[in-house]
Amino acid sequence: MEYEAVIGMEVHVEIDTRSKVFCACSTRFDAPPNTNVCPVCLGLPGAMPVLNRAMVDASVAVGLALNCTISRWSKLDRKNYFYPDMAKNYQISQYDLPLCHGGWIEIDIAGQTKRIGITRAHMEEDTARNVHGIGSNESGIDFNRSGVPLLEIVTEPDLRSAEEVHAYLVALKQILGYLGVSDCNMEEGSLRAEANVSLRPAGSSVFGTKTEIKNVASFSGVYKAIQYEVARQAGILDEGGAVVQATRGWDADRGVTFEQRSKEEAHDYRYFPEPDLVPVVVDETWEQRIRESLPELPRARYRRFRESYGLSDHDAGILTSTRAMADYFEQTVAAGADAKKAANWIMGDLQALLTEAALDIGQCPLQPAHLADMVALIDSGTISGKIAKEILPEMLRTGKAAKALVKEKGLAQISDEGQLDALARQVVEAHPGPAADFRAGKEKALGFLVGQVMKATRGQANPQMVNEILVKLLTEGK
Amino acid sequence: MEKQYCRLTAHEIRDALRAGDVTAEAVARSYLDRIARVDDRVRAYVDVWRDYALERAGKIDARLAKGEDPGALAGIPIALKDVLCTTVGRTECCSKILKGYRSPYDATAVRTMREAGAVFLGKTNMDEFAMGSSTENSTVQMTRNPWNLACVPGGSSGGAAAAVAADEAAIAIGSDTGGSVRQPAALCGCLGLKPTYGRVSRYGLVAFASSLDQIGPFTKDVEDMALIMNVLFGKDPMDATSADLEVPDFTRCLDAGVSGLTVGLPKEYFTEALNAEMRSKVEGAVAVLEKLGAKAIEVSLPHTPYAIAVYYIICTAEASANLARFDGVRYGYRASNVADVKDMYHRTKSEGFGPEVQRRIMLGTYVLSSGYYDAYYLKAQKVRALIRRDFEAAFERCDVILTPTSPTPAFKFGEKTADPLEMYLSDIYTISVNLAGIPGLSIPCGLTARGLPVGLQILAKPFAEETLLRAAYAYEHSRGFDMGRPPLD
Repeated sequence: MEYEAVIGMEVHVEIDTRSKVFCACSTRFDAPPNTNVCPVCLGLPGAMPVLNRAMVDASVAVGLALNCTISRWSKLDRKNYFYPDMAKNYQISQYDLPLCHGGWIEIDIAGQTKRIGITRAHMEEDTARNVHGIGSNESGIDFNRSGVPLLEIVTEPDLRSAEEVHAYLVALKQILGYLGVSDCNMEEGSLRAEANVSLRPAGSSVFGTKTEIKNVASFSGVYKAIQYEVARQAGILDEGGAVVQATRGWDADRGVTFEQRSKEEAHDYRYFPEPDLVPVVVDETWEQRIRESLPELPRARYRRFRESYGLSDHDAGILTSTRAMADYFEQTVAAGADAKKAANWIMGDLQALLTEAALDIGQCPLQPAHLADMVALIDSGTISGKIAKEILPEMLRTGKAAKALVKEKGLAQISDEGQLDALARQVVEAHPGPAADFRAGKEKALGFLVGQVMKATRGQANPQMVNEILVKLLTEGK
Repeated sequence: MEKQYCRLTAHEIRDALRAGDVTAEAVARSYLDRIARVDDRVRAYVDVWRDYALERAGKIDARLAKGEDPGALAGIPIALKDVLCTTVGRTECCSKILKGYRSPYDATAVRTMREAGAVFLGKTNMDEFAMGSSTENSTVQMTRNPWNLACVPGGSSGGAAAAVAADEAAIAIGSDTGGSVRQPAALCGCLGLKPTYGRVSRYGLVAFASSLDQIGPFTKDVEDMALIMNVLFGKDPMDATSADLEVPDFTRCLDAGVSGLTVGLPKEYFTEALNAEMRSKVEGAVAVLEKLGAKAIEVSLPHTPYAIAVYYIICTAEASANLARFDGVRYGYRASNVADVKDMYHRTKSEGFGPEVQRRIMLGTYVLSSGYYDAYYLKAQKVRALIRRDFEAAFERCDVILTPTSPTPAFKFGEKTADPLEMYLSDIYTISVNLAGIPGLSIPCGLTARGLPVGLQILAKPFAEETLLRAAYAYEHSRGFDMGRPPLD
């Protein structure tokens, strides 16, 4: 039978505030264990949470970027369950009145734009981290992560395939990156994705029994886990079986999902309003302040790059993939570089060098203005493209301007006609064979002769001029 | 024989210190001697900080000698309920599960009092985690009522109330979730205040029911109450629920009188259930205020009959979450020889919590459970709003409401422990006040024929503590009798 997959995503994003969501501790949890802690995030008797306004700011920004309605009045709730990594044995979260709700995000799938509904985005606190196997048979708890702010973003069950889920995650990460609210590093746990997956006969509008897939550590892992789970459920249904509602983990090594907890074992979280906190009231002014501070978002920027700079879909897509790259590109253009040339340099040589150096373009030591100057040197004929490619790594390494490097190394292009003419004559004399070939109509022979001139000048000769001079020389003598 | 400074009020001690008639150390010694003399009978304290108190007092004296201003509470000996986190001594909430626990920080209230020069004498006994009305739920000891050692001091802040009543502290600080300051104050014959919710920072008060808890002081007179309120009240950035309101100088609004004040008497509180002797004492107090120019009217608080049910749903629900952290993982008691984490949770809690605490955790867990939440917790919240509205409506017609603080005077040990519901009724006149978030003050209004104190409860609108004090001060200065002292000497 043919099935349609119905998938909804729950993504937990760690928000990069300086201090934790309910106390003043630093959010850096790579510090030595239990150093960024206080009575509040340790859940000591008598300690009380106070909501970090920076978290509300960031959450409202995400909500607006995801086209959500921002609740004028929302509250925090206690989610009760026992686990050693929970300082208070309840997590402060938002239950029935999330800060953001009813939004959408656009993804591109098979050349089409699809809108995925965002059910809600709510604030909560992260748990501590259990560390097993310290000492002989001991476990420890590192509370540095306890109270780090999380935003949980929940979609409608609008996704239909692993590809769509992947596109959603990429689009979401891109927006969060543009907002600068999270580094979205799945490996480091700053973005955690859970998928609710069910199948139904193609064309049906009834939902099937869902499973929830957790503990996946990468976007590609999510993709594979969903592909696996869809096939697994299809197999069960094909054999006339029933899917068991359960939470399933992903075993990346074996490439399978496995049952962790069935519905019967599900927690009763006994949510109730957190009496230690006051309601979160985001008025018109607050929302407007955040709205005005929002950067241009990726899809808008993508459209503008195509229209204003005449870039192809492909180039506009790559250049707007991160805010840092788009900014770099626009700064290069603003410094005078031609948009298409700037695009080619950035996407090509520069990106390759950055990848090699394991640098993000946001940390690029080469200033956009210097890249623009380099392009200008090529345009003016001061250096050839080849020389530019040669000096780019050094520009990146030293942060030096192209002009300075060219001068320092004497790499300026030789465009002196007399000098080039003399060189050309020497080459023709030294290689009578190819010269004769050209004269006989073998145009390819010219390339060899140009190459010889270039070689004699260690690449500094203006290739255009060398070409013209040689043609003139060889045809004159006819 | 050394002068009995322990008989002085806090403001008398303050004046004597500033006049140079006495040293803080002499005052502290007087209190410590008093504790040494009577506390083996009263058993108000679970921990006496003798060395600490003398050292603190010495520092205050040094500052006074240098002509510095050592603060509004300079040299005043104050006792702290064991529910307040203190870096000195232990913070155990009189529970086995927190045995030996030392707080790495001071409660905001403790810190502000210390900064104002207070000399802390130690920690006082309480019902375990402030759950109870007789202090019999303490796992440490039974505190006795200084007026009759066969009777309970009330609870849950029974140790704090008894300490002030027995002159073992000038002021004591308790906490009031459903009457835990006012009821023991009434039973022990001292003053007790439950401030408006949000007036005093709860940071560092070990939480029982967060939406109801307030720190409240016990004093020997109204002027002392004003003195301590000036220090305790105010916004704390560490407590999101603390009110960002300016704090008046309460000592300056005491003698405004009650002329023109309207006093409301809720008809639902003056029923057959009220002990006749208690009723006549409260009516006597009303008559005093009327004589001073106040007008008494009957008001109605129609949702009163639901208050106890609502209270025991909300407070247990919140307690079930607040006490979840006591699990043996990070601090406090941990059961030994456990099989696994789950077993550790089960046994730690079963062995570490007393029966009343366990009963409330289970009740609270139940009312929040899926399928029961709407019928219990949500319904209770709705009725709580109605109770709050009852008071709003009543306060449209009057400035203060007068009620008995407790339906009975102090009762005998064991008298109500067999039936938890009977014990819960001890707070019938006080719990609505916590549900409504309004301020309430209990002030002695006489002794029964058997010599037990009776408390008058005065209530006012949210943040109208000035009005409370005004009425209490007028009454105190015109009531025409001296409460005398408990027969301990």
